[in-house]
Amino acid sequence: MAHHDDDTHPGIDRRHALECMLWAGTGVLWTLSAGVPVSRLIGSAEAAESGFSFLQISDSHVGFDKAANPDARATLVAAIDKVNAMPVKPAFMIHTGDITHLSKPREFDDAAQAIGQARLDVHYVPGEHDIIDEDNGKAYLERYGKGTKGAGWYSFDQAGVHFIGLVNVVDLKAGGMGNLGDAQLAWLADDLRGKSASTPIVVFAHIPLWTVAEEWGWGTQDSARALALLARFGSVTVLNGHIHQLMQKVEGHVTFHTARSTAFPQPAPGTAPSPGPKVVPAGELRKLLGVTDVVYRAGQEKLAITDTALAG
Amino acid sequence: MTIDNIRGVRRRDVMMCLALGFAVVVAAPAKADTVIVKIDNFTFAPAVLTVKSGTTVKFENHDDIPHSVVDAAGKFRSKALDTDDSFSLTVAVAGEINYFCGLHPHMKGKIVVTP
Ligand SMILES: [Cu+2]
Repeated sequence: MAHHDDDTHPGIDRRHALECMLWAGTGVLWTLSAGVPVSRLIGSAEAAESGFSFLQISDSHVGFDKAANPDARATLVAAIDKVNAMPVKPAFMIHTGDITHLSKPREFDDAAQAIGQARLDVHYVPGEHDIIDEDNGKAYLERYGKGTKGAGWYSFDQAGVHFIGLVNVVDLKAGGMGNLGDAQLAWLADDLRGKSASTPIVVFAHIPLWTVAEEWGWGTQDSARALALLARFGSVTVLNGHIHQLMQKVEGHVTFHTARSTAFPQPAPGTAPSPGPKVVPAGELRKLLGVTDVVYRAGQEKLAITDTALAG
Repeated sequence: MTIDNIRGVRRRDVMMCLALGFAVVVAAPAKADTVIVKIDNFTFAPAVLTVKSGTTVKFENHDDIPHSVVDAAGKFRSKALDTDDSFSLTVAVAGEINYFCGLHPHMKGKIVVTP
């Protein structure tokens, strides 16, 4: 059994090491060093040195049952299983919106039940699918609006990092994209006032805060005004969902990143007539869904973002 | 535009347009005074619809994703239309109605109401 020799000897060969890393949900780590993104493989345990990690899930669309994924609740459960299997327990989780597909009470209940299995604090922002109840968002705010302002925006601090949850799916204008609005931007200016420029900032919102594809509305109309307020900070990480695929851009001190959905993929811009759900063979679906792990190390002012698919 | 305007269009050409995903401007009215606007692939079709005042315009969503119909001037707003849901609107006053999707505002359409 030469093949298994490694099991009984100290040290494992490279192939086994890679298998273990894949099994443990290892991904490509992006670090930002002096504005230059660097990727390398990382084991999650490495993340634990100091600081903390948190999880991002997005676009769970509970209630969706069409061809692209007949059971979006089941894939959300699988995503939470992935979170629970992580070797390092995250400090908390963020959900960047489209928790539900149609804002129905049953969908919110099912989502809460599945996400609750992670036994983590969860900080939410709404997607456009979460505010289409009869009262245009009342159902979301009743569940997740406690301690928030306006349509559900807020900030909080974790171990020296300032987190800001923004809402850019409300009061959308004809022909436009996502929208933050004057009231929220005024609140943001106020929230950042007096903060040291060395405070690491993490902003999260549903629709990307940079223009990914204007023809599909994949951007935020007034995001430049928010980014201007963030310009003086040395480390800004912007986490979004909405487009159901990974995308990353680094601009100066700002890293933009979109997470995969836990429900269904959407096409890359320019590859399909519309951004509607992308139907893939059943065996491929979970390779295109996933969760995102973000690590902050104290004193280093750089956050590491690792995306893990639900299946290899 | 009424159905008479496309009398000269051959059926094969209409089918070709459909196959290519182009909006065929006039869908045969379901009733004499009801005209359909289809929502397909994040697009209102026809994007510009001309009808006589008193006509009922019925929006039908054929996408896997919900959409809505919102008047840019703020006079009406449909609820979110799930797959195969519809929203009907009877246009009374001559003029132009510009509308968009409240979830995906890059989706726009216009109704021109003639007296
Ligand atoms: Cu829409």
